[in-house]
This record gives sequence, structure tokens and C-alpha cells, in this order.
Amino acid sequence: MEFDPFLYIQALFDGLLAGIMYSLVALGFVLIFKASGVFNFAQGTMVLMAALTFVSLLEMGWNILLAGAVTIAALVLLALAIERVVLRPLVNQAPIILFMATIGLNFVIEGGTQMVWGSDPHSLELGDPYASFEIGPLFFNNNELYAAVVAALLVAGLAIFFQKTRIGRALRAVADDHQAALSVGIPLQTIWVVVWTVAGIVAFVAGVVWGGRLGVQFSLALLALKALPVLILGGFTSIPGAIVGGLIVGASEKIAELLAFDLFGVGGVENFFPYLLAMVFLMFRPEGLFGDKIIERV
Amino acid sequence: MADEAGKHIGEVLLSASNISLSFGAVHALTDVSADIREHEILAIIGPNGAGKTSLLNCINGVYHPQKGTITFEGEPRADLAPSEIARQGIARTFQNVALFKGMTTLDNIMTGRNTRLGGNFLKQALYWGSYQRDELEHRVLVEKIIDFLEIQAIRKVPVGRLPYGMQKRVELGRALAAEPRLLLLDEPMAGMNVEEKEDMSRFVLDVNDEFGTTIALIEHDMGVVMDISDRVIVLDYGRKIADGTPDEVRANQAVIDAYLGVSH
Repeated sequence: MEFDPFLYIQALFDGLLAGIMYSLVALGFVLIFKASGVFNFAQGTMVLMAALTFVSLLEMGWNILLAGAVTIAALVLLALAIERVVLRPLVNQAPIILFMATIGLNFVIEGGTQMVWGSDPHSLELGDPYASFEIGPLFFNNNELYAAVVAALLVAGLAIFFQKTRIGRALRAVADDHQAALSVGIPLQTIWVVVWTVAGIVAFVAGVVWGGRLGVQFSLALLALKALPVLILGGFTSIPGAIVGGLIVGASEKIAELLAFDLFGVGGVENFFPYLLAMVFLMFRPEGLFGDKIIERV
Repeated sequence: MADEAGKHIGEVLLSASNISLSFGAVHALTDVSADIREHEILAIIGPNGAGKTSLLNCINGVYHPQKGTITFEGEPRADLAPSEIARQGIARTFQNVALFKGMTTLDNIMTGRNTRLGGNFLKQALYWGSYQRDELEHRVLVEKIIDFLEIQAIRKVPVGRLPYGMQKRVELGRALAAEPRLLLLDEPMAGMNVEEKEDMSRFVLDVNDEFGTTIALIEHDMGVVMDISDRVIVLDYGRKIADGTPDEVRANQAVIDAYLGVSH
């Protein structure tokens, strides 16, 4: 097999673009983890719910802006309901209990979505999916570039929101100790609604971007699994970490795939490589690249 | 202490009248009435399970008593959330240190300023024009508290790494940062050695003295209680059995019975 360096460069760019899209999914997890110390098992389903609502409304002939607005309204309602029904009664419980609650939430959202919109796959076409251009020997797909730009903007916006406002410290406080946060006057319930809404909107963007690529179907919820190694690499509490983690996962899985094929003639490495990488990270740097340091007193 | 020059105990700041709190068949508090007066140090004592923490929890809104009313600054209070009560000027510490463990001492105490930011939460989140300036103003006061509590050396240390006694001190600092009208301390000296207890006693007295802060505290160490408090109330099985100066309480037969048991 002949070694072609351009193939690797192409794979690197493809990987980075895909990586930004992984970051989008991971971002939703990070937001909720930052604000409640809880891994939200239902994040993937929220991606699906948002995308399916949006695409179904479009297919009913709704205007794109109206459909988007209604989808966001649905996500706000979802956040309000989750806060009232799930989170509020569980204030001050251990993170594992909240985690279990999000597993339940996952199935409720999935079932509810299926009940309302059915389980058929839909295609979501935003512009020409095959439009592309070339720079030298490299190919770029327009849609993927747009998606990357949208993701980058979203991330920059969120990073500013959390670092240039006081909400950042309040969020960390809430994630650390509910009771103590309340005692210093941090309105837990408002914070939760805001954060779940923002996480919902991030899920919506991720759903549209990925839905445009893979079609809007129930397997979209499985994207959450791809976000896991991203989170472990970048750190569960870091927004920049989600981005860098996504880029590393995206680029390294593509390169690893090519390399394994060139060297050993085997394929399919792409599918497990990110998890392998995550495992190595867990052994040597369990807090991830940018996560909060883990403090232990012996 | 009470008759010391310069200290004058004022009007009733907070008054609980006939409050009852139960969890199912367990009566945590039965018909308890208690006043907390301005500028005083009030100790709440009683055997384990007497309802001391439940009383504090009712005062800062963690629990809402089924019966009775709580009057703060002369006005009967509706059932409010702890965060709303914090905004009214009631700060507290917890029996089992409730700090933000991953955050530094400085950041922990800064969160105490949260009630002093003004405006509602969303407004704060969306408006960052004066963020840097505000932050500086709050830092000045927080640094004063850090000096006052003599914790300069651990300013940048994540509190999860600090020894227990220090964590209790940081927690006191966070409560002070809110510049509270009423400070509730739940066992501020539990698990401390003699030296740390002396330090903490001194801080409690200094806070009361220098800032005129009203303090209600729960404490098991009778030596400390008798030394620093102006008044003591005693709870037993959720009922108030005594209320008076340390000397009066010490001589009270019901209190002695509650602590030592009665022969039947």
C-alpha cells in the first residue's frame, strides 16, 4: 500500500470538522454537569427530541423561523418541567440519585417524542448536501464547514457568558453543594431552568447539524456515546475542554483508522479508538485536560 | 458578658412563636417559642435529637413549620425559600461543613456576597458591563474578612484540601461576607481541638462585638456555651424547657434532668 500524505491531511481536516460537531453534543453535557454536578443521561435524547420536533414542523409546511421558535419554546417548557418534577424534589441528594433520575428522564423524553411525532426517520436538508469546494488536493463539504462555524460561534458565546458574568461562580457553587448554595442566596431553581434551557438549545443546534448529516432518526440519541470520550479528554466541567476534546477525538480517530489500514491492513479502528484514548486518559489524568482538579484528602 | 460595658442588647430581631414541625409521626419541634434579640449571642443547647438544628432550619427556611409563625424584623414571614431568606439578611453555617469544596477559600467567601449584588439573578447574568468594577468592590470587603479570620495564607487553596478546623473558619467567613443581620452557627466548634475552639470562640465574640451581628449558635461544649453566650435556650424532645442567662440555665432542674436523666 502506497503512503499518501494528502490522504492524512484530508483525514485530519475531516476529523477536525467532525470533532467540532462532537463538541456540540459534549457541550450540552458540560453545561448541566457544571450546574448540578450531574451527568445528564438524557442529553442525547434531548438532541433527538429537538431535531425531530423541528423537522416535523418543517414537514407540516411551517416557516423555518417559526418552527425554530416553537422548538425552542418546547425546550423551555421541558426545562421548566424537569426542574419542577425531577430536580426540585431531589435537591441535596447524592449525584448518583440525580443521575438515575436522568436515566428515567431519558426514557420519558424518548417515549414522549415518539408518541407525538412517531418513529419514522426524516431527512433534514438545509442547502445542497453535496456542495463542496477544493483547495489544492483537499475537498471540503460546505455544509460541514457551516456546521463548524455555527458550533464555533456557539462555543465562543457560551464561553463569554460563563467567564465574563458572575454566573460562572454561582454555577460551580450549585454543582458543589445545593444546600450551601441556597444558604448564600443563590436561587437554585432559576439557575437550573436557565441551564437546562441553554443545554436544550445546544442540543437543538447539535440535532440540526447532525440531523442534516445522518438524517433525523432515533439513532441520533446514540450520539451521546460519542460525546463520552470527548468529555473524558476535555474534562466534564470545562467548555473549552469540550471543544479541544472534540477536536482531538475527531482528528485522532480518522488518523488512527488510516494508519491502522496502512500498517496492518485492518479497518474499523475508528469505532473504538476514541474510547481507548479515553481509557488512557482516565488512568493518567482523570480530570481531563481542563477539568477541575480532583481533590482528595487521605 | 451581658453586663459588659458598651454592649447593649436591643429589640427582638427574630421571634418564633409556637412553632411545631413534624416529619410523619416524629415531632421534631412542639410548640416552641423563642426570641432572638439584636446584638445578642444566643446559644441553643440540648441533648442529641432535641430539635436544635430543626429550629435553625425553620429560621433559615430549609423547613417550614406546620404550625406557628416566625417574625423577622417585626414582620410575620411567609414560607420563603432559603435563598430568599438569605437575601433578607440571615446567613448560616452547617453542622457538617457545607463549603464548595472544589473552589478556593477566596471564591467560597466571594459566593457569600451573592445576596448583596442587587437586581435579580437573570439581570446579573446578562449584564456584565460593570462586572469587573463590582468584583473589585466586593473583593475589598472579602479581603477584610480574610484578614479578620486570619486565613490569608490559605486564600488560594481549594477548601477541600484544608483541615477541618480551617474549613469551619472559611464557612464562617462566607456567612460573614453576606453582612448578615442574623448569623446562625450550627455547631461551629464541633470536632475541634482546644486551641481551635479558643480561636473560634474569639472570632464569634469579635464578630458580635465589632460588627454588632446578632448570633444564634448551637453548641455542645458547655464550657464554650457558658463563656460566650448572653442567653441560652434549652430544647429537649422538641420542646423548650429553659430560657435564660447561662447561670440561670445551669441551675435549672429540668435542664439537669434532661442532660443527666431522671431516676424513676
